[in-house]
Order: sequence, then structure tokens, then C-alpha cells
Amino acid sequence: MHYRNIWNEVPQPKVEHTPSRFGRALGKYTVRILDACTDCLKCVAVCPQGVFQTKGNRLAPPLDHLCLGRECAAKPNRCVKNCPVNAIRVGLNPSSKALGDFRWTPDLLMSAWHMAETGKLPSNDLEYRIGGSDGGFDKLRFRFPDTPPIPDMDRSRIDTSVPLNKKNDGRFDIVIPIPIYGGGMSFGSISQITMLSRIRAFAAWGSFTCTGEGGYPEALYPFDDHIITQVATGLFGVKEETIQRVKIVEFKYAQGAKPGLGGHLLGPKVTEAVARIRETVPGSSLFSPFPFHSVYSVEDHKKHIDWIKAINPKGLVSVKVSTPSDVDMVAVGSYYAGAHIIHLDGSYGGTGAAPDVAKKNIAMPIEYAIPKVHNFLVNEGVRDSITLIASGGIRTAFDIAKAIALGADGVVTGTPELVALECVRCHNCESGRGCARGIASTDLELVGLMELQWGTQRIINMLSCWRDQLREILFRLGLRSIRELVGKTEVLAHLDYNSSIPDDDIRSSLV
Amino acid sequence: MPKKYHIDVQPIANRFPVIGRSGIVDWGEGCLKCAKCVKTECVYGVYKNRSFSTSIMGDTIDEFCKSCFRCVQGCPKRLIHKTINPEWESLGDELYGPEIISITWEQAATGKIPVSGAGYGGKFSGDGFDSMWTDMSEIVRPTRDGIHGREYISTVVDLGRRLDKLEFDNEGKLLSQAPLSIRLPLPIVFDVFPFGDLSPRVLSAVVSAAARLETIVFMPYAEVGRYSDLATHIVPLVAADMLNEADLASFRMVEIPDGRETAEALIFLKKQLPNLLVSVRMQALSSPDTIRRMLEYNRLQADVIHYVADEKGHEPGVNEGLHIKDVIKEINSGLLREGLRDQVTFIASGGIAMAEHVVKSILCGANLVGVDIPLLIALECRVCRNCRDGLSCPVSISQINPNWGTQRIVNLIGAWHNQLLEMMGAMGIREARRLRGERGRVMFREDLENDTFAQLFSERNS
Repeated sequence: MHYRNIWNEVPQPKVEHTPSRFGRALGKYTVRILDACTDCLKCVAVCPQGVFQTKGNRLAPPLDHLCLGRECAAKPNRCVKNCPVNAIRVGLNPSSKALGDFRWTPDLLMSAWHMAETGKLPSNDLEYRIGGSDGGFDKLRFRFPDTPPIPDMDRSRIDTSVPLNKKNDGRFDIVIPIPIYGGGMSFGSISQITMLSRIRAFAAWGSFTCTGEGGYPEALYPFDDHIITQVATGLFGVKEETIQRVKIVEFKYAQGAKPGLGGHLLGPKVTEAVARIRETVPGSSLFSPFPFHSVYSVEDHKKHIDWIKAINPKGLVSVKVSTPSDVDMVAVGSYYAGAHIIHLDGSYGGTGAAPDVAKKNIAMPIEYAIPKVHNFLVNEGVRDSITLIASGGIRTAFDIAKAIALGADGVVTGTPELVALECVRCHNCESGRGCARGIASTDLELVGLMELQWGTQRIINMLSCWRDQLREILFRLGLRSIRELVGKTEVLAHLDYNSSIPDDDIRSSLV
Repeated sequence: MPKKYHIDVQPIANRFPVIGRSGIVDWGEGCLKCAKCVKTECVYGVYKNRSFSTSIMGDTIDEFCKSCFRCVQGCPKRLIHKTINPEWESLGDELYGPEIISITWEQAATGKIPVSGAGYGGKFSGDGFDSMWTDMSEIVRPTRDGIHGREYISTVVDLGRRLDKLEFDNEGKLLSQAPLSIRLPLPIVFDVFPFGDLSPRVLSAVVSAAARLETIVFMPYAEVGRYSDLATHIVPLVAADMLNEADLASFRMVEIPDGRETAEALIFLKKQLPNLLVSVRMQALSSPDTIRRMLEYNRLQADVIHYVADEKGHEPGVNEGLHIKDVIKEINSGLLREGLRDQVTFIASGGIAMAEHVVKSILCGANLVGVDIPLLIALECRVCRNCRDGLSCPVSISQINPNWGTQRIVNLIGAWHNQLLEMMGAMGIREARRLRGERGRVMFREDLENDTFAQLFSERNS
């Protein structure tokens, strides 16, 4: 057989069924087969979801994460009633409550897993749009008209692309086909397989992924055209050569989860490989200070952007900042300094490790920052000349669409991709050997739990389902392009301010 | 260079197995006895390290499990499940809920600031302190060094009055005298406990911890005799009619309750014991009458005003009373209006449950805060309040070894101190004294809502 080196290959953005790598997938319902089962296999024939599969002549352990629940199971033509020996029990999965947290509820995790497995929305009653945080995105709803305003619109022609260079300055004219690119996660905080899975999946969709501050490993070279390299305060691994490799360079001023704190990579995590790429000494801890000690004004900031532009004469410059009270001033300052993209990272964003006190309390959630900055840029008359990207707590396609309706051009994500790779949000990325599920770890044994092709495909599938959802949302709003949604807050309602808001479920046409 | 303030934290074990968030439910029935059982492959060695604890008469497995779910997914017979531990879920009350209690235990055991992976997993916002965010500085503000200049961040605060102006005689000689003050290395004092099985062992641990941390502890006068060697770290609470009999010579500060005789007592103390700071303990009420009395004590040269909210941080005895943060804002504004804010020290107590509450109280206008129940939680209290009903303490708190207790409290406050540094570093504020009432470094939810969502969504409703 011909050997394909997938490590260098940009895959196709096609959905392929990619089940859990941990034996039994976690679902909302459990299907238990009692010992009385005679392997008559009647259940296999009656289940509409394929929960029951055969293994030889026998019934395989049920794929209960696909189950539609008790209501379905109790119907006369379905599994429970059709079992001649009454050996099927369907109930709520007792373990599911122990999963996740308020932002990523068990339902949200399981629906993301479903999208990553099948590329489709779950057909049971899992909540796939919002979490349980009781605020922000979780209190916003879409106001879909009762009937689609343009009923004959072809969904597959709805445009979800976003231009990243609105400056018309002769630099790369980059348009990403989906309004999403991957946020920075450094080499060392996640495994190389995780890193490449994200990069390859976003590349498949024609988009980008940021390297984070950990430098630019050689394994990334085949994907140069889909990579954003980060220049952060520690300047680890920043070289003329890496800045010239890419089409977009990102200045990271702060990270939403720990704004104003900088970073600290402990000595034991600075392995030979990490040290080589970061150009440092193995075993000695690395500080990434806050702030850029060479930037104390917008003028200083401009100087840095000019420097990048001089080194990479065609490249775009993105500026990633957190969300302080004067974030609107920061954004306009970045515009005048010459940035192509202003990237706001809200306070509930992801991190490999950060003090809880910082994650919860410092800087404002992204939901407030987006309209604040968008309106300020509009009033300044410069909104059409800069791309506004939002991140920090974007979990679902609905979050993406809401962020855009609040005023962003597009979003950056990170955590959802890790969830697609079966992150359970146990919050232990940093402890001991790192992630027990082999996602955010460099431990050789744990890293071996995941294969590159599997990881890539899971993320491709989720992005595919997201794009379908965005198109469906736009279809129901009668918009032909996602660019028409930017700042269109009248399509949104907020539970604290508005009453009688209809359900915005779009599942019926997408399962 | 002056001596750096350093809190000596040391890991110190719990006496009882920790009540964890989730539990493993593990059925033996139907086990296939696989050669390679998922339990043997646990990344955290949970199944290897579990044991039977006689103190809880149960398995310690849940203390070790970190909820990676690999055994749940991996067992071919699906015999392993996870649940939320009902005992954990029912811990505490609406303020000191299971999350806060767990994280306080952890800090007391390790002395470390809680750090975790992945983004924030909590509610978007909430009541009280959860309806505000602290600011940080991005590009355009000067003099920030983030957390890496943390050794230069000072958490020192002063207790006592300050002069609003200097006075000179006709020959230009300075008439004003420097007022008395007590300097504390951190903006945290220990307040009287609202409940607790407070044996001498417990109080001894608290007083020793206050001494080691170089702060002070408020304590009813009847209790103080036992700890006379640490009197400089104790502030006795004395009823106004007891002042004649009380021996206050060895203390630096005394506290008297707000009442009918307070004004008289203040005048008496100022005259009789000019080297003693006087604090007036008031219920944290925002009523105009309370504020008027507070201003009166200030005029009578009270050095410290100590506002005490109820156990859960609200106005005491008031139905749906204001949260302490809002009371602090009222008091701060009242003092500012009268031009008196800089003259008096203002302590806020009651409902300070986490490190972030210290910073937020000061941002609202307090000079420093008093902490109570978290110190008991450091000693493994479960905030069940059995003691208040005369029932036995599930963790026999009265039996602790005082040295163990001291280190637990030192650990907790050490972790809190580090969190203050984190938050101040992010704000670009290098002095706790400058944090006081610094409203420009805080974002209130109501303001953010008014600036954004209210404008976008509210008019459509009408």
C-alpha cells in the first residue's frame, strides 16, 4: 500500500464519521441490556438512530450516546416495547451531571462531541446553543421571523466568508471562508498532535491557526500559509525567519483569562524540544512578562507594527488585547497604529493554567466588549477599515453568530476544538503529567492516546456543522452573507430586557 | 532596601478526608475481571491510593479522583459511574457554598493560590461581589510591571487618623503632632467569629496566626486575658460601661460598640488613654441615621470606623438589605462629601469570603477588611452551624492542635495575599493604600449593562 504522509497534508473539509476514542462515548441517556437478552437483534431493526449494532451474531454494547431518550424508547414500535424478553432499560446517564461546568454544561459538551463525531447536530434533546452561565451569550436569543424572508434562497450559496484585510494597502488580500480561526495555544501547553490537528482542520477549511507564544516548530512548516505566528511579550522563538514564513503576524498584548499577568512556564515543562524552539535553556523556567516593556504608548505600539511590516512586506498584522474598561480606546489606537485586525480576548477565555482569581474577576466578558468597541469604531468612522475579531468564551455556532451580530467580523476559538478532541473540562490541564485525555500534555504515554488523523477529522466535522448552522441562521434571517450580520443587533433579543422571545432552535433542518 | 513582607506557607495535611465535588460509583456485580482493568490504568493512581478512612467510615477514593472519566468510558461492562457528591452539594450556605469551602480548604492545606486549567467555568455574574470585575491596564497606561514586579507591590495599610492639614504657630513652628497609627503589612484583620466551637485552642491558633502575619485580631474583652503575651496583636472589644474596669494598658487599640454611650466613651478614652487607638464597631447600615452617627464619631476623633455586615455580607437586621459592597460605597461617598475621607480609617467586615472580596471591598472604598468565617473554614469548618444549636462539630474543631491551626490560617492568608498581588499587578496598582475607593479600576455590572445591552435592547420593550 502506498504510504501517505498525512503530517504534511492539508486534508479536505469533508465530514467523515469519527467516533470516540475512549470506548464508550458519553451521552445524555444510557441504554442498558440485561442478562436476559437472547441476541434476537429485534432492537437493531427498530432503532432509528443506530444505537444497536451487531458484532458477529450478537448484540454489541449499545451506542447509547445516540439514543433519543425514554420518550422514544417507550413508543410501541421502538426498542423497549419490542424486546421479547424485556431486557432493555433506557434512562438518564447518571454520570452526565458530573461533567462540565456552568459555561460548558454537560449538554453543550455532549452536543459538541456529537458534531465532532458526525458533523451534524444531535437529534435528541441536547441543548447545543447555550450553556448555563445565566448571562451574556446564554441570555441572548435570535429573533427569527416566523417564515424565512427569502424562502427560495439556496443555503449552500450563503456566504460565510470574512475578509481579514480591509485596509486596501496592497498587502495580502486574505479572505477566510468561515468566520473563525484558531486561537494561540503554544507548543508545550498542548501536544504536537493536538496542535497539528487544529492547524490541519482550520487549513482544510481555508482558515488559520495561531501558534501561541511557544515558537514555530518545524512540523508546522507545511502549513505556513495557514498559520499566524505570535509575537508576545517574552518574544520566545520570534525570529525574522518565522515572521517571514507567514501571512499574518499576531501581537499578543494580553490574554483574556489572565490579563495583566503575563505567563510563567515552569522549568520541568521546558524540555529539550520546547527550549530549542523557544531558543532558551532546557529546565529553566520562562517568564513571559506583562506588558511589552517596550510599549508604553500608541506611538510605541505603532513602532512595533511598523517593524513587523518592514520585515514581512506583504503580511497582515493582528493585535490581540484583553478587555479593560478602555478597550475601545485601545482598539482605535491599534487602528491608527496600522493594525489590520483588532482581536479582543474576553475575560472568560481559555488557558492552560491561570489563577482562578484572574479568570473570574479581571477584565470584562467579551459580550460587553464587542458592542462597546464596534460602536466606538463606527463613531470614529474607521469601522470599515479594520477587522474586529472576538474571542474568550466562544463555544458554539450560536455564540459565533451572536458575537457577529453584536459587532464582530469573526471569532477566534480554542476550547471548542479541544472539546471536539474529547476534553471533558475537568480543569486539570496543568496538574501532574498534564491532561489525562492526552490533549494538553507532553507526556509521551498520554500523547499517544490520540492520532493525528482522528483529531483533525473531529475538528473538521465540528467546523462543518458550525458552518451549516451559521448558514441556517442566516437563511432564517434572510441574509445572503455573514457580512450583513455584523452589528445587526436587531436580530437579537436579551432575556433581561425583552419578553415573549420565540425559541431559536434550528435543529429540525440540520440533523 | 526595607525588609520584604513574607508569609511563610507550608503544606499541612487535613485532619479529615476532604469532601470532594464528585464521587465514583463503582459496581462490582458483573465484573469480567479483565486482565487489563481500567482501574489499574488510572492516570492519577486513584484506585491504587484509595483506602478506608476510619474518621469518615468510608472510602477516600473521591479525594483523589480528578474526573477525567476515562474509567467511566473504558470499563467494558460499564460498571463505573460518576455523580455529584450530595454531601459536597449540601455544604455551607448561600454565601459559603461548596465551591468556596472547597477552595478555602485547599488554600489552607497548601498555602498556594488556586490555579487551574481551561477557562472560567462559573456563572456569568452574580449578586454582591460577583457583580463587579476589576480592571487591568493594556497599552496606554504607564507604570505597570504586571506580576513580575510583584516584589515591589506593597499591601501595607495604616490604622488611625490622618491630618488633613498641618498647623503652624506665628513663628512658623509646627504645632501639629503626628497622629497615632498602627501599620499592618496587609489589608486584612481578623474579626470576631459569629459562631464556632471556639475553644481556647481555636482562639490560640487565631491569635498566633495574627501575630505571625503581623496583623490584629478583634476579640471580646472577656477572652483576651489568656493571650496577654500577644496583646499587641489583639484589639479587645469593650462595652462602654466596662471601660473603667478594663485594663487596656498593654493594647495598641480598643474597640467600643456603637450605642448611646459611645460618644461619651470616645471622649473618655481619648482623654485617659491618649496612646490607644479607638475603633467604633457599627452595624453596616446605609441609613442616614447611621451615617450621621458615623460622622459624629469621626468628629470626636475616633481613629477607626468598623462597619460589620451580617454573616452573609448584608445589612444586619434589614429585610433584603444592601450588600456590604454597596454599603461601603455609601459610606465612602458620605465621607467624601463631608471632606473627611482621608482622616479616618474604615474597616469593613462580614461576608468577606474570598481573596477577591478583599480587593473589591477596598476598591469600593474600605481601607481594609475584617475576615471571620474563612478562618474557621481553614480549620476544616463545614459552615454547618451545628455549634450554634449546641450540636457537636463534625470535625471536632475545638480539639485542634493550635500549631496546626496557626499554620492553616497562615496558609490561607498567604494564598489570599498572593491573590491580592495578582489582582493589583493586573491593575497596575502598586500600593494597597492607593487601591482605596479607586473606582476607575473597577467595572460594575450595572454600568456595563447600561453602556451596552440596555441601550441595545431595552427601548424595544416599551
